[in-house]
Amino acid sequence: MESMLHITTLHYLVLGAALFLLGVIGVLTRRNVVIVLMSIELILNAVNLNLVAFSHYWQAAPAKLGGGPGSMHGQIFSIFVITDAAAEAAVGLGILIAFFRNKETINIDEVNLLKW
Amino acid sequence: MLFLNHIWIIPLLPAFGAAIMFFFGRRLQKSTVSAVCVGTIVLAFIMACGAVWQYSAWSSTPENYHKPFQTILYTWLGTDTGHLTYTTHDGTPAPFQADAGFLLDPLSSIWLFFVTGVGMLIHIYSIGYMAHEGGYYRFFGYLNLFMFSMLTLILANNYVLLFVGWEGVGLCYYLLIGFYFHRKSASDAAAKAFIVNRIGDAGFILGMFFIAWYFGSLRFTEVTHLARSGNFAIGDPIITAATLLLFVGACGKSAQIPLYVWLPDAMEGPTPVSALIHAATMVTAGVYMIARSNALFVLAPKSMLVVAIVGALTAIFAASIGLVQNDIKRVLAYSTVSQLGYMFMALGVGAFAAGVFHVFTHAFFKALLFLGAGSVIHAMSGEQDMRNMGDLGHRIPTTHSTMLIATLAIAGIFPFAGFFSKDAILWETWSREAGAYRWLWGIGYATALMTAFYMFRLMYLTFHGRPRMSHEVEHHIHESPKSMTWPLVILAIGALGAGWLGWPHSLGGSDRFTKFLEPVFAPEARVLQQEGRTEQLVQGVEEEKNNGSEWLLMGLSLGAAGLGWGMAWRSYRHADKGYTEPIAAAAPLVYDVLLHKYYVDEGYDYVFTGRRKLGQVRLGVLGLGEASAWFDTNVVDGAVNAAGWITRLTATISSWWDKWIIDGIGVNGPAILARMLSYPARLFEWGLVQWYALVMTAGLVGFVFYYVYH
Repeated sequence: MESMLHITTLHYLVLGAALFLLGVIGVLTRRNVVIVLMSIELILNAVNLNLVAFSHYWQAAPAKLGGGPGSMHGQIFSIFVITDAAAEAAVGLGILIAFFRNKETINIDEVNLLKW
Repeated sequence: MLFLNHIWIIPLLPAFGAAIMFFFGRRLQKSTVSAVCVGTIVLAFIMACGAVWQYSAWSSTPENYHKPFQTILYTWLGTDTGHLTYTTHDGTPAPFQADAGFLLDPLSSIWLFFVTGVGMLIHIYSIGYMAHEGGYYRFFGYLNLFMFSMLTLILANNYVLLFVGWEGVGLCYYLLIGFYFHRKSASDAAAKAFIVNRIGDAGFILGMFFIAWYFGSLRFTEVTHLARSGNFAIGDPIITAATLLLFVGACGKSAQIPLYVWLPDAMEGPTPVSALIHAATMVTAGVYMIARSNALFVLAPKSMLVVAIVGALTAIFAASIGLVQNDIKRVLAYSTVSQLGYMFMALGVGAFAAGVFHVFTHAFFKALLFLGAGSVIHAMSGEQDMRNMGDLGHRIPTTHSTMLIATLAIAGIFPFAGFFSKDAILWETWSREAGAYRWLWGIGYATALMTAFYMFRLMYLTFHGRPRMSHEVEHHIHESPKSMTWPLVILAIGALGAGWLGWPHSLGGSDRFTKFLEPVFAPEARVLQQEGRTEQLVQGVEEEKNNGSEWLLMGLSLGAAGLGWGMAWRSYRHADKGYTEPIAAAAPLVYDVLLHKYYVDEGYDYVFTGRRKLGQVRLGVLGLGEASAWFDTNVVDGAVNAAGWITRLTATISSWWDKWIIDGIGVNGPAILARMLSYPARLFEWGLVQWYALVMTAGLVGFVFYYVYH
């Protein structure tokens, strides 16, 4: 049977945007610091998805511009992003532990020492 | 020319004695002190006689005829090359030069002779008088210092060195009058003498400045030469001013009105001091200075008139006070002031030789009177009040007879010394043209009467009448030792015979005294004659016509002296305890005024010193002090306090300004403004991390929309 839905690059981008949006909403609204960090990871992974989608898209582009059948720019970039996300997660957890040692809580609303 | 060339040794001999006393006197025995100090004066006297002898030989040679002998030791002030120049009144530059130079001419010879002679006798007398006193070496040291100063004064060849001696004698009588310094009256008297003298000295210095400025020189020979040269008009105002100022100096030193007040108080010193300083030597310094400047005085007739009038008034004023004094030394003190008045009167009428003659005779009989009084006081165990004496004549015969000779001399009885000199003065005063001089003669005549009265009063009260002393004193009466009586005898010979040197022409003598002084005074006499101010020439014209009047005047003076003697004889011959003073009986008010010396000292206290207040006000020096203190406390300190008050006011205003305006508006204002502005701003700072993240995201979205849709 012929599929009715052709999965184009656009679908990937929308998915990536949706995931990004979920991540942003998580960062902005969640009370738990660990959940905030998880949301940040979600943002970064959404970006990865975007990059991979575009990397496939660009295979149809001429080679002179960076395209061609074997171009993997996006994928290489997404490896970098993954590495960066990992490091960032480590640092973020370190900050979380230092913060917990001082305040005994992981409620981000209580990080308000700079409140006037 | 041994003595003459080394004339500078004469003042240095007593200076040497004073120096020895200063350095070693404390450790020396009394006999050594006497030997050194009296010895220096004896040597000085011998040298003085030798110098005068050689001078008269020197000045009778043709090339040195009638010239003064000058020798300059070294240049003291100024330089030989004239580096110290000043401009005189007409703009010519003149070198200022004052040398340590010595001048000997007839005038200074006379002074030299009697200063060293009488000084020597007084030094010998002091050996006996001060034998029982403490401070023996100090006394003789001061006496020697005094002789040094006086001899410097006499022998100086310029005004500045004369002034050095002038000041030196001033210092010495401060030291000598205040010799018994533990007595307040003595130290007060010494201070009074010095201060009153200083007033005179101020005049002297100003006069010296005038002379230096006007004549370009301060040496006697040069000034006299310039003054005699005829380049200056009679009555020259500068010369009048200078001579008046010099006379002020002489008033201080020689105790004329109004600066005589120190002399009676100066009797606080030991009696030999009174004899030396107040009788024979120091008070004659003023007369010497004016006689030395006679060339200047002749050019200023107004000054001479002032001198004569002041002298005459002083003579009669002091004589009137002496009529009623009870202290034997006070009588003699006022007598000295009175006789000095005579001398100045003589100088003032132009009879310089007569004035000097009176100085000469006065030295003898006044020193004799003082030393005799000292002998009386010594015999009376220190009693000085004549009311407690009496009937001493046969108990102390030598003192009595010598004092009698001196009294006869001072009263002006022929043929004693005072007769010739006093008569010369009175005759010269009478024979001047103007009527004013006749008045002066009258004053002098009245004074002669008073002099005879109070001197014989002294004699009768002391030596005659009934004894009025207490019994213990009466038992101790004894004649003084030989060291005290021999000088009295020698001075008595002088008081008798000194006048014979000036035996006047009218009585057949040759008046060798005036002739001796001719080189000094003759040119001035000619000037006076040319101006018609005298009828007499120096010698040799129309003497016969004047002789008669002179005899008449002599007779009148003898009559006055005799009248005074007789009045004293009548009142005091039998003076017993509680005798009455004739003046007190006749006019008690006059007696009171005279006894209190016309209240002059009190007057000075009111006006000049300010020791007594005039009601609420204090005048004089102390009044000036009070006024200055008031000024300082109220005006000056008031200004200071006002400045302080203004400073505090300014500080208060400044602090208010600072607190309310500067701090309030300047400092606090921006702060309040910042706080007000920050209220809305701080609303952004909640401290919530997620809020920050939301804002960041909003911004990002805004950028994206901007890029996409613009």
